Amino acid sequence: MGLFERFRIGLARSRGGFMHRLDQLFRDGEIDDAFFETLEEALITGDVGVGAALQLVEQLRREAGRLRTRRREAARELLVVKITALLENPPAETLPAAKPLVILLVGVNGSGKTTTAAKLAYRYRRDGRRVMLVAGDTFRAAAIDQLQVWADRAGVELIRQQPGSDPSAVFFDALNAARARSADVIIGDTAGRLHTKTNLMEELKKINRVIGRALPGAPHQVLLVIDATTGHNGINQASRFNEAVPITGLILTKLDGTARGGIVVGVQDILKIPVCYVGIGEKIDDLEPFDAAAFARALLGSDLEM
Amino acid sequence: MFAHLAEKLQKTLRYLRGKGKLSEKDVDLAMREIRLALLEADVNFKVVKDFVAAVRERAVGKEVLHSLTPGQQVVKIVHQELTALMGREQSRLLASTAPPAAVMLVGLQGSGKTTTAVKLAVHLQRGGRRALLAAADIYRPGAIRQLEVLSESVKMPFYSGANARPVEICRQALKLASREGYDYVILDTAGRLHLDEAMMDELKEIKAAVKPAEALLVVDAMTGQDAVNAAAAFHRAVGLTGVILTKLDGDTRGGAALSVRSVTGCPIKFAGVGEKVDALEPFHPERMASRILGMGDVLTLIEKAEAGMDLAKARELEQKLRKQQFTLDDFRDQLQQLRKMGPLEEIMAMLPGAAQLPRELKQLSFNESQFKRIEAIISSMTRDERRNPALINSSRRRRIASGSGTAVQDVNRLLAQFAQMQKMFKQMGSMKQFKKGKKGFPFL
Repeated sequence: MGLFERFRIGLARSRGGFMHRLDQLFRDGEIDDAFFETLEEALITGDVGVGAALQLVEQLRREAGRLRTRRREAARELLVVKITALLENPPAETLPAAKPLVILLVGVNGSGKTTTAAKLAYRYRRDGRRVMLVAGDTFRAAAIDQLQVWADRAGVELIRQQPGSDPSAVFFDALNAARARSADVIIGDTAGRLHTKTNLMEELKKINRVIGRALPGAPHQVLLVIDATTGHNGINQASRFNEAVPITGLILTKLDGTARGGIVVGVQDILKIPVCYVGIGEKIDDLEPFDAAAFARALLGSDLEM
Repeated sequence: MFAHLAEKLQKTLRYLRGKGKLSEKDVDLAMREIRLALLEADVNFKVVKDFVAAVRERAVGKEVLHSLTPGQQVVKIVHQELTALMGREQSRLLASTAPPAAVMLVGLQGSGKTTTAVKLAVHLQRGGRRALLAAADIYRPGAIRQLEVLSESVKMPFYSGANARPVEICRQALKLASREGYDYVILDTAGRLHLDEAMMDELKEIKAAVKPAEALLVVDAMTGQDAVNAAAAFHRAVGLTGVILTKLDGDTRGGAALSVRSVTGCPIKFAGVGEKVDALEPFHPERMASRILGMGDVLTLIEKAEAGMDLAKARELEQKLRKQQFTLDDFRDQLQQLRKMGPLEEIMAMLPGAAQLPRELKQLSFNESQFKRIEAIISSMTRDERRNPALINSSRRRRIASGSGTAVQDVNRLLAQFAQMQKMFKQMGSMKQFKKGKKGFPFL
């Protein structure tokens, strides 16, 4: 099942049927001020962020005028193209051919790092790569146990130490072990941390430094895991994490709910960090590569009656 | 790029404050700014509409136009309406007439239910109530173990039924709590998507089985527009009695609080404000409104100061300052007292106008490890050195640096800062307006 179909099912289940409203909004007719206002509302209720929403609608207004477009259906297509282009600029980087390839997952508490780490490990393993997970969250109670269960499900090895160990040391040892066992891909889970906690962000910087020391060039990918229900704070999260360790991509989780995860548009607009994957369920294979066009389409609806 | 809600409103309202009289156009302009600011704070679209309409109605009404200071009046109205939207008064946890009272925690995945369950038990224990923690999340790997480990770490009784269904676990936990005379049993249910009918049915079943005194929705304060959808769905399923807002210690503007409150009509009872088990505070709607409006959470700050400050010590310090006998010992004391009040970043966030500090400055002053370093340096000095820093020559500096695990430059910097501070106090001491009886926070 493709991403868009999953969106459809998830959203159709929400009150009144989201797709129905979307279709109503864009049911063919003339564009007018009310149409643009509704569009703005749709973007804002999708958490695109006020700044980006106002900007997009204003651009659309001008462009529609320039192209003398009066049809709603055409205006929608224009906006879909616009958002898609925004989300695809810059495109996700191709990964270096490093061995082992080191991927680090970071994010605030409860965003879904542990589950996502396992899903990602499963994807790589399915591609025939030799994958190792690293239990870098030594702080949260039972986080290591949780990842162990997921590692078993994904059929990959987990490198773990005692709860409370220094996470940097865990990664240092893990990288050496991974090299000895000639792993292709190493995926590191880290403890959830609010981006405002100076000491925890310092800890993250240290983890990043230590990984780089153990294996020059690593980590090759640092992915920020963002919950799709996140509001404007997602922009603060992305910029503060990015200041601490350069973020190469985003993973948008919990997109199987009613939240549309529009904040990645705002993040992309400001920080130019591409979305790499989306999490769409609780099963091990519920992680898909990001499809900007499908995402843009799904975004352009609104639960207007709330 | 996005200004804080507090900053935004302050900017708008400062403009209004400067005005003698409000025209319709002024009001329109202010309402537009308030609307945008609230949307940027993640208050739900519809809630914002209602809120702005309510404020507008009052702002153009007699009460403002006929007042002498219309600008001030709008500030007051915005604050009042914001407080009203969040529930006016502080709401407490209901006690059951026939203990044990079951408290059910529900919410989306990752909202913080398990951590909150433990914090709630600790909170109740401090109030002299005994609570049993029950792990009803059999789905998320490690969830039961997480609650068990956390319970053990704070020595709280814990219950989990091996391999039983969540409903059965909750029922057994209630029985156990009643047999052993607990006041509360806190049920940590699995995180679930409000769209998942089977899982929502499970909550209904649990509710029917244990008839909880409280069904509390745990909401991440960073949630955006979708907060209303989830809250409404959980409310329909279990009939919520209250809300707990988590992760409020970040820099989120917390508009979800307003949204959830207005869509469910349920009071927000607690706020999670940190990683430690005691980081759960009663929710104060009035204070939250003040904080959103940039007036700072001064009340909480004063409470913390009173809990953390040693009054006798404060008086002693004041005497010393007056007589210009402030030593490095006193400096260390002050730092320790300050730190007793909680992490510095939390304290700073409560200060009026904190939202306006440039971020670099905030980061600079929030650095806890610097404070630890200063303490270490002072502790590595001899008593004589602390009383008379002039003694500290370069060989002593080297000794202090190696004793405290710092560099000589760090020691130098501290001594220079201290010298400056003493100079400042000398000037203050010679001034008459150095008020008597004021609790001293020279460093705040």
